[in-house]
Amino acid sequence: MLLPPPLPTAFTPLLSLAGGLMIGAAAGLLWLGIGRIAGISGIVGGVVERVERDWRLAFISGVLLAGILARGLGLAPAIHLQGSLPLLVGAGLLVGVGTALGGGCTSGHGICGLSRLSPRSMVATACFMIIAFAVVFLTRSIGSF
Amino acid sequence: MRRTLVAFLAGLIFGAGLLVSRMADPAKVLNFLDFTAHWDPSLAFVMAGGVVMASLAFAVARRRSHPWFGTQFPTLPYGGITARLVIGAGLFGIGWGLVGLCPGPALVALAIHPLRVAPFVIAMIAGLWIVRLLSARRVQSAAAARSASLVQNSR
Repeated sequence: MLLPPPLPTAFTPLLSLAGGLMIGAAAGLLWLGIGRIAGISGIVGGVVERVERDWRLAFISGVLLAGILARGLGLAPAIHLQGSLPLLVGAGLLVGVGTALGGGCTSGHGICGLSRLSPRSMVATACFMIIAFAVVFLTRSIGSF
Repeated sequence: MRRTLVAFLAGLIFGAGLLVSRMADPAKVLNFLDFTAHWDPSLAFVMAGGVVMASLAFAVARRRSHPWFGTQFPTLPYGGITARLVIGAGLFGIGWGLVGLCPGPALVALAIHPLRVAPFVIAMIAGLWIVRLLSARRVQSAAAARSASLVQNSR
């Protein structure tokens, strides 16, 4: 399972801030509009469990349509997903199992939880950030040998 | 119907935000997580923007008795800070750090490069499904055990 070399990326403070404001506005719209948390792992998990599927499927359709439209209009930014098939499948499983156990991901715990000042979400966000920093440090140090 | 429409609109803005912010690109996520050589702090700006906007919305919501389209704001179940939370967040952190994709960006990226991103998303859904299935079974068997002991006690 060889890890790919790092790809340099350009610093995009304004675009990233603007996009972040849109993500926060969408999460705010979902809570103010229908009283639901915009946590993607929870939304996908709820569809799988067949709980309140209508709004969940509508939200996921919106996310997918954003990607399809961007691609169709030629506005889609570059997506550099590197790694072998076993690595992608393993990472996907870890993300699925981890977010189901931990009850949230970067959106549910990270954006919504921190905004609600939830202590549980603060702990979860600190955990996944620290572990992810450590994993990248380890994989990239091994890769540079 | 209106609730479904609001959810669709929120999803569309959310997905567009992931693209505009460049967070849908795993390379940018990995470079945010790497202080050493290629550090790209952009992701901090995504989080800052997201938290500022969402905090405003949650503050507005606290002054209201119910959502625009709905009877009441739900009380979110508070699970407490448990080993399950920490272990789950840790496992998620490993997967996130390995390839740079978390659930939201994975969905938008899937719409742009379906074949490349599908293995990750299918595995992610399988992981979510397995844990939720096992948790539901455990809750059911705990409930069954409780009712069985109630029957015994009542004898």
